[in-house]
Amino acid sequence: MSETAGDTRPEAIRIEGLHKSFGQLEVLKGVSLMAREGDIVAVIGGSGSGKSTMLRCINFLETPSAGQILIGGEAVATRPDGSPANRRQIERIRQSLGMVFQQFNLWSHKTILENLIEVPVHVLRVPKDQAVARAERLLARVGLAEKAGVYPAFLSGGQQQRAAIARALCMEPRAMLFDEPTSALDPELVGEVLAVIRDLAAEGRTMMLVTHEMKFAREVASHVVYLHNGQIEEQGPPEAVFGNPQSDRLKQFLRSVG
Amino acid sequence: MLALTASSTLELLQYSPPGWGANLLRGLMNSVLIALGAFGLGAVIGVGGAYGKLYGGPVLRDLLAIYTTVVRAVPELVLILILYYAVTDAVNQILLGLGQDRIQISGFAAGIAVLGIVQGAYATEVIRGAILSVPGGQVEAARAMGMPAGLLARRITLPLMLSAALPGLANLWLIATKDTALLAVVGFGELTQETRQAAGATKAYFTFFMAAGGLYLALSISSGWLFARAERWARRGQPELRG
Ligand SMILES: Nc1ncnc2c1ncn2[C@@H]1O[C@H](COP(=O)(O)OP(=O)(O)OP(=O)(O)O)[C@@H](O)[C@H]1O
Ligand SMILES: [Mg+2]
Repeated sequence: MSETAGDTRPEAIRIEGLHKSFGQLEVLKGVSLMAREGDIVAVIGGSGSGKSTMLRCINFLETPSAGQILIGGEAVATRPDGSPANRRQIERIRQSLGMVFQQFNLWSHKTILENLIEVPVHVLRVPKDQAVARAERLLARVGLAEKAGVYPAFLSGGQQQRAAIARALCMEPRAMLFDEPTSALDPELVGEVLAVIRDLAAEGRTMMLVTHEMKFAREVASHVVYLHNGQIEEQGPPEAVFGNPQSDRLKQFLRSVG
Repeated sequence: MLALTASSTLELLQYSPPGWGANLLRGLMNSVLIALGAFGLGAVIGVGGAYGKLYGGPVLRDLLAIYTTVVRAVPELVLILILYYAVTDAVNQILLGLGQDRIQISGFAAGIAVLGIVQGAYATEVIRGAILSVPGGQVEAARAMGMPAGLLARRITLPLMLSAALPGLANLWLIATKDTALLAVVGFGELTQETRQAAGATKAYFTFFMAAGGLYLALSISSGWLFARAERWARRGQPELRG
């Protein structure tokens, strides 16, 4: 994200006036946010502030109650009830956004390699040998080259999450969405996953990252968004948000997370 | 005397006349084919019924609820009689109305249809429960990657639910093999019917019904082995539970 005037990098993800309610509970109350290509947006905030919901609205895992989502400048067409109007469009857009979940969500009946090539081969119609070559490259990159033939249940949490990141990368997405990728991990496994994300950041990948790892957010993010109660309470470059917070709520939040 | 009995028993069970072996094997073959057809039809109805019950609209869900409730409540024998005679009758009424001749519905097709409809009701519940046991996150991951719904069902949800469904489906298969015996009431030449005829003609009731029992047992043991293998395959990727 960049406020700098004259920034000509193409926009990757734009959220406009996003509202989301679950029944009576209004979780998002008008969120607007834009990430340009190469931006790394870290989303922080207390539990229940709506971080996951916001991320899940971007690829319509949740149906927004109001507002608009634009991916690469293309607006997702919606029905009056907010659900995607065009099945092909939403499938294509989802294919361009690699999502990584807190619980890894690898497919347990497929080996790691099969997990990686599943969508490229069966949905994107990449020739199998090409998909396998790409998958093997990515597995080597996340340090799992020897685990290609292993089923997910036989890997540690950190290994599973690295495999899940490789699976998302295997679709060659335009941007990555991370929802607390290290929150389900034992402390000693957090570092290896953060190292992979840091590596992606270094190559200039567009990312939106919900995280409780404040040190990490400060280190890799180009822009930090503090969500409170379904609204953006404060945002800016990491030095400003972490080094010189303006709102009392953010100050309090940063104190509470140490 | 004992030797005499043994040799006459063997003679009775011989493959070619005067033995009745060929009849019994033909009956077994018919039973297995009908059971396979009914089980297959039941599985297809079961997958459709389960998805309908889980994700269908209110009307579809009500219809499926009526189907599973009624079929599971009424004894299979009664259902077979109703469906066989009622369906034959209805088809013929229609044919007569169209000015065509009456037809005789093949016992084979009717058997598969009737038992398949019964199997489908149970399979719907087995598969519905198994689909509910699939970890939601794995389905969501596939959705998030833009997998179309049909492909997602075929490549993710159904394989994942299989390990939970197989024990129930194995039961249904065994029930299907035994329910084929009910088709004897409509005169279809499956194993029980052939056995009855052989026993009636020779008065060697004990011999033939023991032989039939042995064949049913062999069928059940070999299918038990096949289902165990299938279950091991469906559980690939799941670490073994150790108590
Ligand atoms: N499917 C749902 N149905 C009903 N309420 C929901 C649903 N998903 C989330 N919520 C509610 O919405 C609010 C925001 O949830 P969300 O998961 O977005 O928070 P979060 O900021 O990601 O929190 P955390 O840090 O704990 O992950 C919470 O009060 C939660 O209970
Ligand atoms: Mg969350």
